[in-house]
Amino acid sequence: MIKSIENLGAWVLDVLDQTGRTSLMLLEAIWEILQPPYRFYPIVRQMYFIGARSLTLIIFSGITIGMVLGLQFYNILQRFGSVDLLGSGVALGVIRELGPVMTALMVVGRAGSSITAELGIMRITEQVDALECMAVSPDKFLIAPKVVAGILSVPLLTMVFDFVALYGGYFVGVIMFGVAPGSYMNGMIDAIEMPDVRLGLVKSLIFGGLVTLIACSRGFYIHLTRAGSQGAEGVSSATTDAVVLSSIGVLFADFLIGALMK
Amino acid sequence: MTPDNPNAITIRDLVVDYGPRRILHSVNLDIPLGQIMVIMGQSGAGKSTLLRCILGLKKPSSGSIHMLGTDIATATRKEIYDVRKHIGVAFQGGALFSSMTVAENIQLPLREHTNLDDKTIEIMTRIKLDMVDMLPAEHLMPAELSGGMTKRAALARAIIMDPKLLFFDEPSSGLDPSTAAELDQLIITLKNSMGMTIVVVTHELDSIFKIADHIAVVHQGNILETGTPQQITASTNPEIQGLLNRKPRENIVDADAHLRRLTGGF
Repeated sequence: MIKSIENLGAWVLDVLDQTGRTSLMLLEAIWEILQPPYRFYPIVRQMYFIGARSLTLIIFSGITIGMVLGLQFYNILQRFGSVDLLGSGVALGVIRELGPVMTALMVVGRAGSSITAELGIMRITEQVDALECMAVSPDKFLIAPKVVAGILSVPLLTMVFDFVALYGGYFVGVIMFGVAPGSYMNGMIDAIEMPDVRLGLVKSLIFGGLVTLIACSRGFYIHLTRAGSQGAEGVSSATTDAVVLSSIGVLFADFLIGALMK
Repeated sequence: MTPDNPNAITIRDLVVDYGPRRILHSVNLDIPLGQIMVIMGQSGAGKSTLLRCILGLKKPSSGSIHMLGTDIATATRKEIYDVRKHIGVAFQGGALFSSMTVAENIQLPLREHTNLDDKTIEIMTRIKLDMVDMLPAEHLMPAELSGGMTKRAALARAIIMDPKLLFFDEPSSGLDPSTAAELDQLIITLKNSMGMTIVVVTHELDSIFKIADHIAVVHQGNILETGTPQQITASTNPEIQGLLNRKPRENIVDADAHLRRLTGGF
C-alpha cells in the first residue's frame, strides 16, 4: 500500500517536473527567438521538414476522412430525408474539429517522432554539449526554429486538410450519390461562419506549438530520464512517449479549446 | 588569469554530488597558462565529471572554478557563454553534427559569432582543415569518416575561433597507435604554434607522457598528485604506481561477507 502511494507520488512529481521543464523550454525558445541575430533559414528548413514533407500524408488522410465523413453523414441524413444538409455537416465537422485534430495527429506521427529521435540522439552523442561549448544556445539553434515552424506549419497543413476533406465529402455526396452540387456547396457556405474558422485556426496554432514542444522536450531532456542511459532503446522509448503524450495532449487541448471558445 | 596569476584555470574546493553519491571530493587544481595539463586516472575516477564542471556543463555542489577571469561555478549563463567563445572542445566521440558536412560543422562557430563573409569563412575553414590534414574530407558527412578523421574534424572545429584554451576528452581512445601518435603530435604542435593552454583528459599512458607538461592524477574523486611527468613517474604513491605500471585494481574481499552479499544471506 505504502509502495503504491510512493509510486503515485513519484509519478506526480515526475509529471510536474516534465511540465515545468517543457514550459521553461517554451519561454526560453520565445526569449531566444526574439534575440538578434535573427535567422529565418532554420525556420524555413524546419517548415519544409514539418510542413512540406507532411503534405502527401495530409492530402491522403484529408481525402479519406472527407470521404468517410461524407459517406456516414449521407447514410444518416438519408434516413431523415435531409441530404441537402450534407455540405453543412461535412464542412462543420471538418473545419471545427477533424481538420485541426487530424492534421496535428498526422504531424505528431510523422514529424514529432523524428524531432524527438533527432534531439535524443544529439543529446546522447554529446552534440548538444558541443553546441553549448561553442556558446551556441541550443534553445535558439535547435528548439525555437522547430516550435515556430510547428506553429506556422500546422495551420497551413490544416487548411490543406480542410480543403481536400471537403472535396472528399463532395466526391462521395455529389459524384457517388448524386446530391445536387449547388445544394452541397450552398449548404457548406451557409453553415460556416467566422467563429468556426477562427476556432479551427486557434486550435491548429495551439496544436502546432504543443506537438513540437512536447517532441522537443522529450528528446532534448532525454538525459534527465531513465531513457537517457539506455542508448538507442532509450531514444526509441522517448519517441514512443512523445507520440503518446502529444496525441493525448492534442485531444485534451481540443476539448479545452472547444469548451472555452464554444 | 591576471598578471600575478600564471594559471589559466584555478579550481578550489570543488565538490560534485550526483544525488547521494559524491563524485568529486574537494578538488584543488591549477592549470598553468600556455601548457598542456593532462588529467589522468582510472575509468570512473571522476575525470570526465571534472572536465564537465570546468566547461560549465555540470553545476558543482560547491567550490569555485576560475577560468579566464570568471567563476564558472557561480556564473550566469551569459557569462559562461562569454567565456566559451574563447575555448574549444574536442569531445571523445567527436560530437559532429550528423546533418552537416565536415566543413559546415567547422564553420558553425564562425557563422554564429562573427559577421565574416562566406568567402572568408571558407578560407578559414580550409586553413584549419589543412592544419589537421583533413582538407580532402571537407565535403564528407560525419558518417563517412573513420574514427581518427572524426577526431581530427572535431579538433578543427574546436580551433576554428583560435581559442585561448583547448580541451580534449580522451583524444586517442579507440584509435590505432599510429593515428593516436599523429594526434598527440598535433596537440603538441598546437601548443607550440598557437600558444594555447591545453587540457587533456585521458588514461592512455603512451599519450600522457608524450604530450604532458603537467599531470594531475585523479583517483576516486580526489586529486592524488599533480606535477611534471618526471615528478609523477617518481611518485611513491601506490595508486599512482599501480596506474603507471598497469596493475589491476586490488579487490581485497572478505570471502564470507562477499558470499552473503551474493546470496542475500540465503
